[in-house]
Amino acid sequence: MKPRFKTSYDADIDRFQGRWHRAQYLILVALALLAPWVLGSYYVGELSSVLVWSLAGMGVMLLVGHTGQVSLGHAAFMAIGAFTHLALMLRGWPFLPALLAATLASGISGALLARPILRLSGIYLAIATLALGILVEDLAIVAEPVTGGVRGLVAPPIELFGFTIDRHGTPVAFYYLCLSIVILVTLAYANLLRSPTGRAFIAVRDSEISAKALGVNIPRTKTLAFALSCAITGLAGALYAHLVQAVNFESFLVIISIALLLQVIVGGLGSIHGAFFGAIIIVVLPQGISIGRDLLGDIGIRVAAFPGLDMAVFAMIIIALMVLEPRGLYGVWLRVRTWLELFPLYRKGMFRRARSYLKTERLK
Amino acid sequence: MDTLQLLISGIANGCIYGLIALGFVLIYKASESVNFAQGDMMILGAFLAIALINTNQADLPFLLGLAIAGISLGVFGYLLDALLLRRVFGQPQLTMVVLTIALGFVLRFIIGAIWGHDPVGLETPMSGQRMSVGALTIPVVDAVIIVATVFLVAILWLFFARTRLGLAMQASSQNQMAAYYMGIPVKRVVSLVWALSGIVAAIAGVLFAAKGAVEPAAGLVFGIKAFAAAVIGGLGSLPGALAGGLLIGVMEPFAARHLPSHVAQVSPYALMLLVLILRPSGLFAQARQKKV
Repeated sequence: MKPRFKTSYDADIDRFQGRWHRAQYLILVALALLAPWVLGSYYVGELSSVLVWSLAGMGVMLLVGHTGQVSLGHAAFMAIGAFTHLALMLRGWPFLPALLAATLASGISGALLARPILRLSGIYLAIATLALGILVEDLAIVAEPVTGGVRGLVAPPIELFGFTIDRHGTPVAFYYLCLSIVILVTLAYANLLRSPTGRAFIAVRDSEISAKALGVNIPRTKTLAFALSCAITGLAGALYAHLVQAVNFESFLVIISIALLLQVIVGGLGSIHGAFFGAIIIVVLPQGISIGRDLLGDIGIRVAAFPGLDMAVFAMIIIALMVLEPRGLYGVWLRVRTWLELFPLYRKGMFRRARSYLKTERLK
Repeated sequence: MDTLQLLISGIANGCIYGLIALGFVLIYKASESVNFAQGDMMILGAFLAIALINTNQADLPFLLGLAIAGISLGVFGYLLDALLLRRVFGQPQLTMVVLTIALGFVLRFIIGAIWGHDPVGLETPMSGQRMSVGALTIPVVDAVIIVATVFLVAILWLFFARTRLGLAMQASSQNQMAAYYMGIPVKRVVSLVWALSGIVAAIAGVLFAAKGAVEPAAGLVFGIKAFAAAVIGGLGSLPGALAGGLLIGVMEPFAARHLPSHVAQVSPYALMLLVLILRPSGLFAQARQKKV
């Protein structure tokens, strides 16, 4: 690792640390742009799926990873985004205004719900959001004029700048659409974290009391974080509606909320990378398991198709990570990177965690 | 008369919710964390009992099967804590929540892989029998569930109030550090609490399977509902958990009769949300405020 000399104060808050760091991300974007030329249309569809889940993951990450407020009900906001977006598009709105309106709608509903809910903390917050997720499941059936009731809604093709974009007809165009939205949101997210607002989020996560002492308005900061997080998740929900083409109340069950939380935890809480790592795992794991089963079948070992196997494997990965590396896949990546950069000087205890004790929430 | 009939069936259901909620509260008191796999542990207990008791399976006597299922779940709970959960001891609560959610997925998968995904009922000596009290006809199972719950809660109360181990559990749940200084082996006591909650889960599972059919997927839904019960009662209070369970159990059949079906389905969760917003620490709260 080359020591970096800072020659200006801006270097402290620069988004990229040095030229090589910037180049790495440019290479990554270039690879993402070139991917459709290399991969078949099926895999381009899977890549779009990764992007949509990364977007939803970023929404959850902002709240759970950077503001420290646990949510087990974020699929509800995906649902609000998806249904608003489709309902507006089916009423003749063009794509972009509908997308914007859906983002705003989920953001505003998040802000409205945040005030009563964010008075809770820790486990109680998790439970309240879980209840919220369950309530929205049934709300999606009851609000039939907007959501199409039990049958749900079918996504119309997207008309944008004279192109017709359809997930199955033109998967590459849909991929580029997702990619551009994800890049924009990621840049905005990274910039937010450098701003006073983002620092306030992190301060609230690390210690509410110290944040308060430093003059952070806690209720406002939490509400803002919740609203922004819900807006991003709603945007992801709208894109998800186009990805799966048809949504109904079953598309956003509570299990999706749980999976979203697990996704950002597998990826690594408190890092934007984590949202992407988690999304990759969520999409690749079922594929990998079915490919593995086919391979075993080819050499004569018949494996019965266990329902829920992918979720169980995912859960076992979570358990292993929680015990061995609570910072998730991003933590593993950090270790690997440091090992490579320092080779052969890496020492074993470099990432050892500080010992921590249970902090009680009870008076007695 | 109809109302009374509904009430009794609701109370029987509520007892099962209350028993699972008791499991939640035990774990919460011991480690300030929530065991999201409690519902799945209950289903595991139910399927173990079915495998031991049903005539087309091992065909053991009912009480022997119940005892074996209870002891196995107790050992399971102890080992779970001693081998896995102890390693994340002291980390933020989210860690434990996520760990138990993941554990629930694994358990559900294992149960499904071993026993299949079809609903199965437990054959008991009292299945299908009814008894009449005055003009009421009550399924014997319902009466047994209510009596068993009262009995179990009385034993638990005596255990916590009168025995050394029960007092040690109370002490370590209130202040781990102070309990440790007093010579209580806190880690082992916490593991024992997990064992106890495993036993309670197994008994709840057996009662549940005796009343109707169980399937692996029921663990999540049932767990969340019992969880609502625990929260309504206040997560730190044992009698509160039982009261919350009874409240939800009684509310459900009445809501199903008098309200539109969508509203009835979500009524426990709506109640829970309301309680959380208005009285965040439950109706029978123990905690008042968090200190620095």
